Amino acid sequence: MKQYELIVGLEVHCQLATRSKLFCACATDGFGEAPNSRICPVCTAQPGVLPVLNAQAVELAYRAALALECRLNARSIFARKNYFYPDLPKAYQISQYDQPFSEHGKLLIRPKGAAPKTVRLTRIHMEEDAGKLLHEMGALKIDGSLVDLNRAGIPLIEIVSEPDIRTSEEAYAYLTSLKEVIQFVGASRCDMEKGEMRCDANVSVRPLGQEKLGTRAEIKNLNSFKNVKDAIDHEFRRQVELVESGGRVVQETRLWNAEKQATVSMRSKEDAHDYRYFPDPDLVPLTAAPERVAALKASMPELPSAMRARFTSELGLSEYDAEVLTGDRALAAFFERAVLEAPKAAKTVANLLATELLARLNAEGKGADAAPFPPAHLGRLAGLVADGTLSSKGAKDVFARMWETGKDPRTLVSDLGLSQVSDDKQVLEWVTQALAANAKAAADLRGGKDAAIGAIVGAVMKLSKGKANPALVNKLIKEAVKA
Amino acid sequence: MSISDDEVRKIAKLARLRLSDDEVARYGGQLTKILDAMAELGALETGNVPPTASVLGVSDVMRRDEPRAFEGRERLLDNAPDRDGPYFKVRKIIA
Ligand SMILES: [Zn+2]
Repeated sequence: MKQYELIVGLEVHCQLATRSKLFCACATDGFGEAPNSRICPVCTAQPGVLPVLNAQAVELAYRAALALECRLNARSIFARKNYFYPDLPKAYQISQYDQPFSEHGKLLIRPKGAAPKTVRLTRIHMEEDAGKLLHEMGALKIDGSLVDLNRAGIPLIEIVSEPDIRTSEEAYAYLTSLKEVIQFVGASRCDMEKGEMRCDANVSVRPLGQEKLGTRAEIKNLNSFKNVKDAIDHEFRRQVELVESGGRVVQETRLWNAEKQATVSMRSKEDAHDYRYFPDPDLVPLTAAPERVAALKASMPELPSAMRARFTSELGLSEYDAEVLTGDRALAAFFERAVLEAPKAAKTVANLLATELLARLNAEGKGADAAPFPPAHLGRLAGLVADGTLSSKGAKDVFARMWETGKDPRTLVSDLGLSQVSDDKQVLEWVTQALAANAKAAADLRGGKDAAIGAIVGAVMKLSKGKANPALVNKLIKEAVKA
Repeated sequence: MSISDDEVRKIAKLARLRLSDDEVARYGGQLTKILDAMAELGALETGNVPPTASVLGVSDVMRRDEPRAFEGRERLLDNAPDRDGPYFKVRKIIA
């Protein structure tokens, strides 16, 4: 059998995080609310109404495009995409066609078990969402279809990638990185369960070494990252088997059926769409002046990938810690502010954040901004560990109190008497006592049995009620047995 | 420039119109006349004119992102050919 190569391009829709719809003032918070409770003459296409563009939708779309390293076009045009379907009251969708607001971006992806790679983005355009159709109500059959227009007119961006994706793992990694970037700049919440992020996959195969792309099938109904991965794997096998058995892939739309783990043909070729796009005469051109683009660029936050690189190279964090900390913008900001307080103890800050703070916040389903103390307190706590005032066990105890009381760790250390004893004279006194009381272990140690030191250290810790600085204890025991 | 019967039928199908053969012939003639009238513009030199998407000469007409509830929801539902409670109702489109 010949070897085949998988070629995938993805089209992702994200709902822009605005409060009102793209062309009317209806609220966008209709998920789970009463049907048709967020509708008006504009989004139900009553005669004589006019759409007016939402400025915040444009702002968010532009931010997403810049974060994805796209070029913002100086001028873009809204176009009508014409087709009949009951979820589309105007019988056209306002979208962008030959002059989208942005083009030519790229996204770095990190597929599991493979080297990072860059996927090129063809374009991003703005468009409105359609409504929702209901064909049955639970077990109740309806003698027609029901239409809810709460989603009609919700602002979306569609991000179209080049056919640069070669494995289903890469597709998964692409979606993961895309979601991370879009969420990070606040352009979309990307909640897939609420339909705020949706994906279609264009899949084709070609014999390895062949330049020309094969005919592609478009796969729809992919409502989770895992579905995307599974559907691509399945579609690859289907197309290879088809070609190997002498068949030909036809250009068509296929639906993913997650229960059957199979794609099913949805539209035949005869119904190929003819959308007759043309500029919407109700809307005027949209521009992106150079000054505005410059101002937007200046206001962009550092992106997770750049932040991860800085955390590992400049602050010496592990890849894993950097990954955890940059998973959420509020968490990353908390960490950075904490580090300002303890610049030399970034690793300790990261540790305390990941093991103590994050564990507690996650357990309560809260974000970093809900921490009961300011970031500087965490930095101070790390500083107390770094300068030897607190043992790591002591830091855990202080943290627990900080979580309960919100108090400054320095206050808590003195309140609790947790300060670690690093005074040579005091520690030496405990060491001498411990050696005398554990004659056998002391003799073993003098005889070269290094493991025997454990018993002596344990005895010192008991004498000091855990407060002796362990590093100092070790050092003084070794000096004592040598003498 | 003449428009064929097949083209008339395709346009009618896209517009969800069912035409009789007589109507195909009649509308074919009318559409041809419209295209002929537009074709007169072809005499103009437009090589240096960019395609026009808007003739108003303005751009970036926008509103603030402030939600406002529309109070006439019932009237919108009543204005549709059919409704079922809070839903618009259409002919069944999936078996
Ligand atoms: Zn509306």
